[in-house]
Amino acid sequence: MAAPIIELKDIRKGFGPVEVLKGVNLKIYPGQVSALVGDNGAGKSTLIKGLAGVQPYDSGEVLVDGAPVHLGSPKEASRHGIEVVYQDLALCENLDIVQNMFLGREEREHGMLSNGEMEKKASATLGSLSVRTMKSVRQKVSSLSGGQRQTVAIARAVLQEARVVILDEPTAALGVAQTAQVLALVRRLADAGVGVLIISHNLADVFQVADHINVLYLGTMVAQVETAKTNNNDVIGYITGLKTYEPDLEGAAR
Amino acid sequence: MTTTKGTDPSLATALDVAGGATPPGIATGYEGGIGDQVKAYVSRVRSGEMGMLPAIAGLIVLTILFSALSPFFLTRLNIANLFTQSASLAVLAIALVFVILLGEIDLSAGVTAGVGMAAFVLLNSLADWNWAAALLVGLLVGLAIGTFIGYFVAKVGIPSFVVTLGLFLGLPGLLLVMLGDGNTYRIQSPEVLAIMNNNLPQWAGWVMWAVIVLVSIGSAYYDRGRRLKAGVPVRPLGLLWIRVAVVAVASLIFVLLLNQNRSVSVVPVEGVPIVVPITLAIIWIGTQVLDRTRFGLHLYAVGGNPEAARRAGINVAAIRISAFMICSTLAIVSGLFTASRVGTVGSSFGSTIVLNGVAAAVVGGVSLFGGRGRLVQAAVGAILISMITNGLGLLALPGGINLLITGGVLVLAATVDALSRKRSGASLART
Repeated sequence: MAAPIIELKDIRKGFGPVEVLKGVNLKIYPGQVSALVGDNGAGKSTLIKGLAGVQPYDSGEVLVDGAPVHLGSPKEASRHGIEVVYQDLALCENLDIVQNMFLGREEREHGMLSNGEMEKKASATLGSLSVRTMKSVRQKVSSLSGGQRQTVAIARAVLQEARVVILDEPTAALGVAQTAQVLALVRRLADAGVGVLIISHNLADVFQVADHINVLYLGTMVAQVETAKTNNNDVIGYITGLKTYEPDLEGAAR
Repeated sequence: MTTTKGTDPSLATALDVAGGATPPGIATGYEGGIGDQVKAYVSRVRSGEMGMLPAIAGLIVLTILFSALSPFFLTRLNIANLFTQSASLAVLAIALVFVILLGEIDLSAGVTAGVGMAAFVLLNSLADWNWAAALLVGLLVGLAIGTFIGYFVAKVGIPSFVVTLGLFLGLPGLLLVMLGDGNTYRIQSPEVLAIMNNNLPQWAGWVMWAVIVLVSIGSAYYDRGRRLKAGVPVRPLGLLWIRVAVVAVASLIFVLLLNQNRSVSVVPVEGVPIVVPITLAIIWIGTQVLDRTRFGLHLYAVGGNPEAARRAGINVAAIRISAFMICSTLAIVSGLFTASRVGTVGSSFGSTIVLNGVAAAVVGGVSLFGGRGRLVQAAVGAILISMITNGLGLLALPGGINLLITGGVLVLAATVDALSRKRSGASLART
């Protein structure tokens, strides 16, 4: 097993008197899909907001390649190769696919946008993700389906040389076929060596795509287990707090 | 597999190996012959991206209607009048596009122009400043007002409707204080008066034509060259030349027409009005900024989805403030045109024009919801609205009819926009 790209150690975060994260540990490995599951209010969003640099943690250590880093802003997180694909995708519907993929990091020459170069790289990235379902990279996002939009958002992260892609409920709004497409895309992403953290309520998706499952329960990581060594019922038990996982964390990580 | 933070191509290559497929399979919209391009355009229009087609259709219908009703409508004199009459409105509408693209509004653009031109006329006519220096101060007044609006909208968080409504109510007071009660000042600078009242010499009109043609060839070849250099598909050369030819012929007819004597008296009046090249330059520069710069793209992005723009690292507040600065400054230019035509600046200057400016932008196809619209659309909308005023004026109908029809056209244009929007929504649902 390769060394983790990202390791969280004893992460704590509170809002006033409410402690949302109570000493969470998490590892994200290259080439692996890690799932983060937990009921509403378990602290999933708070955990990923910290990784995204949107809402820094109160205490605890974030290690990237074993070296401690500070994730104080989305830019810093991005510099360490962490990209978040939010549930609401954050795409501009009035812009086309290329413009969305490069938004905020446009390439320029003499102060003018290098549209041809960006178009080529966007095509190459989408092609490399084996995306075939779109008519044109110059299509406006408003004309795309939900699954296609998810694809654009993920491709945007890939384009930005993400080493870790965090996907927040990527299949929540999708139909069956589109869910399958997106999960296949997630798998290809990991196969290319990217570390993927997928947050999902849908355990069927999680079991289909994830290598590890991390379960948050009321701010505590109650289980970290390899997908192959567990089953649906056990995970539901961990999520609802009805079943206790024997914390053999190193074992779970082999 | 290792995961060093490689360059994009290396990641793409890695993904390639993983996927085992050869990319890419996605088109760019630039492929195919002229026929394919036409087909693609038709399908875009059918899916609701109509742009300014409705406005152009409106122009054609009105031209036919008015020329049938009034023998004077299509005379050279009236055509020249129409363009000078619409110039001020066109520049105001263009100014407003910058904030409308963000989904904001500037109700104070007209009175801002009043304050700016008051500063100009006081410095130029009263204090005997050089006209250019006085105009610069006027433009700076606009810039300052725009900064003020932008600050309150972007930093304090007040809706632009409210901020600019406040200025719309308050700035006429400032204008009164500046000019003194009931005073009206005459524009004395011949340079400023020339903008609307004088024409280019014939040769200068042809130079303007040549510049238009050369710029359209140049920019088309520049774009094509950059796409070729990047190794992405380009549109067929034939299409490029058809486009250039359309521009060249249209502007040729325009210059040819205006270069002939259009006077109804013995003193000849000929040549392109000076305001025309100024307005064209404003449209061209503004369009370059919107289409080719990062700032322009970010303006559309913030208008489309401010949250997405913010997450992409765009400084949304800075974009908003700059949009209001551009709007208010260009509003002064619109006021300059008006002052040049009217010849005076009085206390009610610019108090009624702003809603016509909004109407012009909307009629031209600029979406009030933000994120959609181009400067040239606002200019076409302004010509359309001016044509209604001009044509109905020729028919000597009662004044009320003019207002009713202008309002009706606005609602009609908004309806076309809403229906096309629904249509594109419907086509989305089908996929």
